[in-house]
Amino acid sequence: MFHNRNLEIVVGLFVALGFAALFILAMKVSNLSAFSDQEGYSVSARFDNIGGLKVQAPVTMAGVRVGRVEGIGFDQETFEAVVTLKIYNEFKQLPRDTSASIFTSGLLGEQYIALEAGGDVKNLAAGDEFKITQSALVLEELIGQFLFKAAEGGE
Amino acid sequence: MLDKNTHPDDVVVKVRDLVFSRGSRRIFNGVDLDIRRGQVTAIMGPSGTGKTTLLKLIGGQLRPERGTIEVEGQNVAQLSRRKLFELRKRMGMLFQSGALLTDLNVYDNVAFPIREHTNLPESMIRDLVLMKLEAVGLRGARGLMPSELSGGMARRVALARAVALDPMMIMYDEPFTGQDPISMGVLVQLIDRLNHALSLTSIVVSHDVAETSAIADYIYVLSDGKVVDHGTPEALGRSQSQWVQQFMQGLPDGPVPFHFSAPPYGEDLLAGGKG
Amino acid sequence: MMDALAKLGRGALDFFERLGRGHLFLMYVLAGSPPLLLRLRLWTQQMYSVGVLSLLIVAVAGLFVGMVLGLQGYNTLVDFGSEESLGVMVALSLVQELGPVLAAVLFAARAGTSLTAEIGLMKTTEQLSGMEMMAVDPLQRVIAPRFWASFVSVPLLAAIFSAVGVFGGYFVGVGLLGVDDGAFWSQIQSRVDFHEDVMNGVIKSVVFGFVAAWIALFEGYDAVPTSEGVARATTRTVVHTSIAVLGLDFVLTALMFD
Repeated sequence: MFHNRNLEIVVGLFVALGFAALFILAMKVSNLSAFSDQEGYSVSARFDNIGGLKVQAPVTMAGVRVGRVEGIGFDQETFEAVVTLKIYNEFKQLPRDTSASIFTSGLLGEQYIALEAGGDVKNLAAGDEFKITQSALVLEELIGQFLFKAAEGGE
Repeated sequence: MLDKNTHPDDVVVKVRDLVFSRGSRRIFNGVDLDIRRGQVTAIMGPSGTGKTTLLKLIGGQLRPERGTIEVEGQNVAQLSRRKLFELRKRMGMLFQSGALLTDLNVYDNVAFPIREHTNLPESMIRDLVLMKLEAVGLRGARGLMPSELSGGMARRVALARAVALDPMMIMYDEPFTGQDPISMGVLVQLIDRLNHALSLTSIVVSHDVAETSAIADYIYVLSDGKVVDHGTPEALGRSQSQWVQQFMQGLPDGPVPFHFSAPPYGEDLLAGGKG
Repeated sequence: MMDALAKLGRGALDFFERLGRGHLFLMYVLAGSPPLLLRLRLWTQQMYSVGVLSLLIVAVAGLFVGMVLGLQGYNTLVDFGSEESLGVMVALSLVQELGPVLAAVLFAARAGTSLTAEIGLMKTTEQLSGMEMMAVDPLQRVIAPRFWASFVSVPLLAAIFSAVGVFGGYFVGVGLLGVDDGAFWSQIQSRVDFHEDVMNGVIKSVVFGFVAAWIALFEGYDAVPTSEGVARATTRTVVHTSIAVLGLDFVLTALMFD
């Protein structure tokens, strides 16, 4: 009975260790830290085709992560995809004519949105919309176009 | 069949027409028993007659197939779990093995039922435990673990634990089996002394005729699922039943044959290698 | 022919009877648990023997599994020139599958067997019966604390297994094979989702902990009270827990996969 206290301490250590492991998994091994703590502002972009873009996908500029995809919607009148992007507050000075394109990381990797700065002096503000967008490349369409052109050229 | 001159209130345990089977084997087939308050009642019989089973039935750990078992007027088999537990707090049971909790030392074993059932302060528990251990002569062994005790000591500790909550009745399951003469003597004396000092009611299940007869006020002899005979030790000594005589005197042959049933010896030998 | 049928029938009946007893057992344990909340001491004691004593084997196993994953993953990924994804592979395998499954199986082998043997021996030596005769419910006093201690310990052990494993993979991949340090972690962080991957692993290990505790304790409680019976029950604990955990892993993965 007298080493009850030591026992309790050891068990307490064990539980703490378990939670520490869980904390490491959450913070270091997963993307929880990547987006949960950063504040940002929302802007939207319309695309004809977003391909395999998913919510939480990265938004990058010159390869640097500046935000993430917050939501994906569909406009029933124009039949376009409406993607809401969250740009982190530290990147406030994006020109208003910045363009957004959907790219694929690597040959078969996941899709992300790449921004390219324009030359406007005014900056993007919350709620604005990207004027220039480029849809995702769909492999089948590319191949189809290639075959079509090859057939034309052959004639 | 039962004595008529005892008042019914004196009967603590009343067993009527008890039938119980284990698998296809019928262990009790219409047993009637009365255990009287303040007495040491012995239940004797050869090994395998279900004496331990009887104690478990009285304690409510098993349910009879037919018949009733009443402890202080309550039908044990029909009690709710809560009421049964209330009743068990007033019954002590000494298992053949002692059934001490192997991860607790002697002191904590005796303190176990007190701690479980009361909220007494630790200092009072200590007094109670030491008192019970003193009664069985093992106050000095309170720091030992059950694995360090001899069989006789383990039973004495178990006895101290059984009386820890001051029960009104104690059931002893084969208390003398496998004991050397000294610890046997100690146990015989303890059971007798505790019964009178604490005005307990005791049920002793045993097949050790001499020791049991020495302390029992009344004896039931069981065989083949029935009560063969009952009475005071002196009365049983004069029993008409040859079977009881064989059992009480430990004769090797009699109504209970020495040989397990088998084909005639000569025939078996002549059968050669066939069986 | 009829004999074989009868044998099959008896086997099926026995199986369902045992299954029923197992569920009743679980019900009684759960019903007997509330008073336990007031007796944390019983709990911590079991947390020690069930959790703390399993810590070493789980951590060491996790380290080695992570290191092996690092080596094997590197050999495969380097052919595609994508050895930066090594961390992702190691982390996902550990967090989703290997951590919960192996921690539960190791738990069954280390703590489950000793629980089964302990309960089985308590039954054999009439300690459980003795408690009942002292008006103490063994399901409440003996089984329930062990059950909840196991239930809590397994997810913690699984988390420790996964975390140590990731560092094992890091050690081999970055330390020995020269994968880029930053790429290793950033790839993990961009590809492992907390809710989808980490939490699903935690849910799995919670389920496995429940099942492992249940099987180990029921096998002990239901053991034939002889030394042979306890030995068999101990074996069954490992076999049944392993099968149950692997089978449930498939079911849970299928449910979480959408």
